[in-house]
Formats: sequence, C-alpha cells, structure tokens
Amino acid sequence: MSDRFSAMLLRRADDALVLGHRLSEWTGHAPSLEEELALANLALDLIGQARALYALAAARGTGDDEDALAFLRSDREYTNLLLLELPNGDFAVTIARLFLYAAFADPFWRGLCASRDRDLAAIAAKAEKESAYHLRHSAEWLIRLGDGTAESHRRAQAALDHLWPYTGEMFEPEDDILVAADICPEPAGLRDAWNTMVDSVLEQATLTRPAEGWMQSGGRAGRHTEHLGHMLAVMQSVARSFPGAKW
Amino acid sequence: MEARTPLWEVFIRSRNGLSHRHVGSVHAADTTLALQAARDVYTRRGEGLSIWVVPSAAITASDPADKAMLFEPAATKIYRHPTFYEVPDAVGHM
Repeated sequence: MSDRFSAMLLRRADDALVLGHRLSEWTGHAPSLEEELALANLALDLIGQARALYALAAARGTGDDEDALAFLRSDREYTNLLLLELPNGDFAVTIARLFLYAAFADPFWRGLCASRDRDLAAIAAKAEKESAYHLRHSAEWLIRLGDGTAESHRRAQAALDHLWPYTGEMFEPEDDILVAADICPEPAGLRDAWNTMVDSVLEQATLTRPAEGWMQSGGRAGRHTEHLGHMLAVMQSVARSFPGAKW
Repeated sequence: MEARTPLWEVFIRSRNGLSHRHVGSVHAADTTLALQAARDVYTRRGEGLSIWVVPSAAITASDPADKAMLFEPAATKIYRHPTFYEVPDAVGHM
C-alpha cells in the first residue's frame, strides 16, 4: 500500500515539478514585466506543490529525500504527463498548455482535499487555491489570445491543435486500490468538468475544439518524449555535478 | 504595445491598514488582466487583502507649477493645527 501511495504521489509531484520548471524557463524572456512575474509566481506555486508531495512520498516509504527524488532520478523514472514536458513554444503554447492542465488539476486537487489521507488532504487544500488561480489566469489569457488579433488567434489555435493529442493522458486511470480507499479521485470522473470548462473558454476565445483522435500515452510508465531528457539534464546538472552541495 | 496595454494605477488595502494605498502601476489590456497583473506584481509577499486598479488616464492631477498658489497659503495659518488649546486633565485622551 505504501509503495502504491508513494507512486501516486510521485506521478502528481513529477507533473508539478516538470511544468514548474518549464514555466521557470520564461524568466528573463516573458513578453512583459507583469507576465514575467506572473509566470514565475505560477512556477513557484508548482515547485512548492512538488516539494510537499516529494517530502510526503519520502516520509512514507521511498527512502530518498525530496532532493534525491527531484534531482537524481532519470527520465525513465519520471512519471509525469507528456503534455507537461513539451517545450514552451511561443506564449500561446505556454498559455494553452497551462490552461488544459489547470482545467484538470484544479478539480483533481479539489478531489484530493477530501482524501482519507490527512497529510495529502492538507497539501491539496493549499494547492487547490493555487491551481484555481492558474486556471483563471490561463483562461483569461487564452480568451484574449483567441479573440485578439488575427495572428494571436492563429497562434492560439495552432497551440491547441498541437497540444490536443496529449490531453487524453490526464484521464488515464489512477491506482484502483487507492481510488477504492478514497485516497485519491479517479481522473476519468473529472472529464465532464474538464469538458465543460474547456468548451466554455474555447467558445469565449472563438477557438475551435480540435477533433477527438488518437491520444499520446506513456508518461505514466516512464516512456517520454525526447524533450524530458534534455530538460532534466539542465535541471539536474548542478545537483549531479556537486552531490550534497549546500549553500 | 503601449496603445494595446495602457497604464493602470494600483491601490492595495493591506492587512492592517484602513484604506487602499497607491503602490505603483502596471500595463494591461483591460480591467481583468490589470487586476491579475497587480496581484502578481504587488501582492507576492502577502501585502494585500483587496486591490483596486484605476486607468491612469482617469486621474486628474494638480499642476506642479501651481504648487505655490495651491499649497503655500496654508503654511502661514498655523492656528489650523489644534496645538493652541489646553485640554483640561479631566478630559483625558481626546
């Protein structure tokens, strides 16, 4: 049971850390000072969520500490969604990815607030407030990009079309024993809420929902795109070059 | 850029303060994004419980050249400061 619990925590922590790191890559490159700070704030929220989950996983059985879990695992040991490891692309891809994920993560965290595991429920209570803002911020931007200029509309639609095949992975089944024990919600149960949110925002953004088709998969099993290895090489280089370094 | 993202003045009501105070400004396309930008730029360390954003263009400011006319006449009217009155001890704190 504790192995299953830790594995579930690592899936969710890896999601938060990988997206948090991607958003942090905007630092120094954002389109405006205001959005620079906004993206860094979002990144810090996500990295904070990852830390809390790694620390809980470490305390409940993995044996490693949170730094080892973040910095000393290879890409094959990461179990994040493929959607979150894709490169940032332009601002439209970054915003569309954040929106598609937040529209799932926010109800998922809300479900975790009712977890029978009280430590996890406490983490969720904090994270849900953060993910609610991630959803609002990305939705408002996506509406303005889609319903903005001809170029912003074209880029937003292209971003959606590019990311859409990666959205199915979010709804892959969570560990059935943990779901049955009311420790975490079943992702498939959140699909209706996600559809409603996505359709509502896409309509306001005058964007077209891409056709349903074949969906990418593999992240939860450690089979990643070529991009994660490069990202981890950068993210982990200091920790691997100077093991145990302190400052 | 400037035409599409005008300037907004940001006012924050702090935890312990009574009224909103001017803290700075942000560029944003509309009221919704201006509020979010103000939140992201000016409340990162728990500064606020409420935010106002006001289009900078909506603020009418006094002309610095009028400073002498507007403000100097008050300087010689020290009797407007309530420092000349002796308060009987029995009154206590006023």
